[in-house]
Amino acid sequence: MSTKKSLIKEAPLLEVKNLETAFDIEGTDYNAVDNVSFTVKPRQIVGVVGESGCGKSVMSLSIMKLLPKGIGKIKSGEVIFDGINLEKMTESQINKIRGKDVSMIFQEPMTSLNPVFTIGYQLQEVLFNHMKITKKEARQRAIALLKSVGISRPEKIVDEYPHQLSGGMRQRVMIAIAIACQPKLLIADEPTTALDVTVQAQILELLREIQSVNDMSVILITHDLGVIAEMCDEVIVMYAGRIVERTDVDTLFHNPKHPYTTLLMGAIPKMDETEERLSSIQGIVPSLTNMPKSGCRFAHRCPKAMPECFTITPKLEDVEQGHEVACLLFETSKPKEGVR
Amino acid sequence: MLKYAFRRLLGMIPMLLLTSIVVFTLAKLMPGDSLTGEIDPRNTNPKYIQEMRDKLGYNDPMPKQYFRWISNFSEGEFGKSTRFKIPVSEVIGERLPNTLLLGFASILITYMLAFFMGLYSGRKPYTLGDNLIGGLNYIGLSVPAFIAGVFAIFLFSFKLDWFPSNGSVAIGLTDGTFEWWMSRLHHVFLPAVVLGLLATASYTQFLRNDIIENSRKDYVRTARAKGTPEKKIYNVHILRNSIIPLITFLGFDIVAIISGAIITETIFTYPGLGQLFLQSVSTRDYPVLMTLTMMFSFLTLVGNLIADILYGVVDPRIRLD
Repeated sequence: MSTKKSLIKEAPLLEVKNLETAFDIEGTDYNAVDNVSFTVKPRQIVGVVGESGCGKSVMSLSIMKLLPKGIGKIKSGEVIFDGINLEKMTESQINKIRGKDVSMIFQEPMTSLNPVFTIGYQLQEVLFNHMKITKKEARQRAIALLKSVGISRPEKIVDEYPHQLSGGMRQRVMIAIAIACQPKLLIADEPTTALDVTVQAQILELLREIQSVNDMSVILITHDLGVIAEMCDEVIVMYAGRIVERTDVDTLFHNPKHPYTTLLMGAIPKMDETEERLSSIQGIVPSLTNMPKSGCRFAHRCPKAMPECFTITPKLEDVEQGHEVACLLFETSKPKEGVR
Repeated sequence: MLKYAFRRLLGMIPMLLLTSIVVFTLAKLMPGDSLTGEIDPRNTNPKYIQEMRDKLGYNDPMPKQYFRWISNFSEGEFGKSTRFKIPVSEVIGERLPNTLLLGFASILITYMLAFFMGLYSGRKPYTLGDNLIGGLNYIGLSVPAFIAGVFAIFLFSFKLDWFPSNGSVAIGLTDGTFEWWMSRLHHVFLPAVVLGLLATASYTQFLRNDIIENSRKDYVRTARAKGTPEKKIYNVHILRNSIIPLITFLGFDIVAIISGAIITETIFTYPGLGQLFLQSVSTRDYPVLMTLTMMFSFLTLVGNLIADILYGVVDPRIRLD
């Protein structure tokens, strides 16, 4: 929301440098996340937006090294959290950070909880993983946590099973698990996508409240620009595994630079217009296996594409103070007019 | 849950009645009857035979014969074995302990091996160890019991002389003594290993596949995101879910423990119910045959009931009422 926060000079909490995550498809590596770098400052909410298949989730899983085993792997790059390089850590070392300093909530609350254990068990597990605590204390903590995420009758819910709760309540439980150890960074991977609209608003409200009370940073992954406008300080726009634009939220909405961002903005339905058809971006995100080998990955869908867009890969560069764009239209040394 | 179990037990009565009609009809459809076992073999006078037929009720109409059998049966009067000339309950009672011992021993071997191998394979799929276990399992699955049994007897009884090749206990020992028990275990070992090893394959592969499938579930990712160690994720989160489908097998196993293993018992001439069943067929000992069939049907129903109740115990999503 407020742009002032992001202007404060502070050491970043999370620094992702040149991250490359690849999937092994029939013996060949395909980069789902390609050379991604960004930082998250303390108490900042950073939004990551893009269409489905843009590598948003893969990127967030890469940060916590939660990629499905044997399929996805981090090829290169660094993830520096609070001064430590997470990518260099062993599984048991990173287990001490997961759930404690960095935690995560997922898109699918219906399947993210283990169906055969009680809510209390799953909530207490994260406490037992990271603190020396008695069973009685853990139970009390669990009840207090459930209460803090707005679940009524927490004493009862703590002994219930996931299938007895609604989607919104399960997502609240997931949030309770994520904030149980008061992490410094919360990664929320489309936390409201699977929920209906009224519940979405409640969950977002809850996340904001927790963020300001706990003073934590949040990476919020979504494909909903409305959510971004509502929640975030900074925005990263991703396309096909790369960052195409990064700036604060006000600039993004008032002065979007990258053609992809502009088109995304255009695709937001407007209340005051009586257009029959929603405008959309033609085409789909290329699949991993037929990603363009060179040039801008958006070029073949871009209305402003120039011939060199298909050969020269644009770099993410500052076009203004704190506003980075990866597009040849804005690269200082390149021609500025579209020739199409 | 009690109410549910009670209702299910009541529901078994019509099922058992239907089964009894089928069993009776099949027994009567088989050629010949056990008359020759009931009469004096030296008296071949046709008049005497006709008299005995009437007296034994073999000439009564079918429904009458059926009702006589079923009413006796429901009172616990299973009839007299035409072969052993003693009540059927005694014949079965004599063999039941042998079968139970073999059944439990083999299932114990199966469960233990399948549990450890399945857990290992599921946790480290497509590795050398997993492929090795998979290979062994396919051998176990494709070698029939009569071949494995014969080879086991040849190798371990005749060549190495480690285990006896037949019987259930050495002759001349007093019942209940330590030596007697040891001898029984000694006798049951070989058939139990053959039976247990061959059954391991399906359990192992089933458990393995279920663990692999579960390890890709979202809740596993959640557990990892909480900082739960890998070992605990497999041994608690995944295993607890993977056990649920195995309950189905357990229901069948309850029957298998008691009904015995026809082929294995026959090859090892192990006096259990499986062997008795086969012998009753070839000697037309219908009272024994019909009682055993009814008993196995009843056990199948009970086994299914137990499995269903256990589902409710291990899976909170299933509620029994």
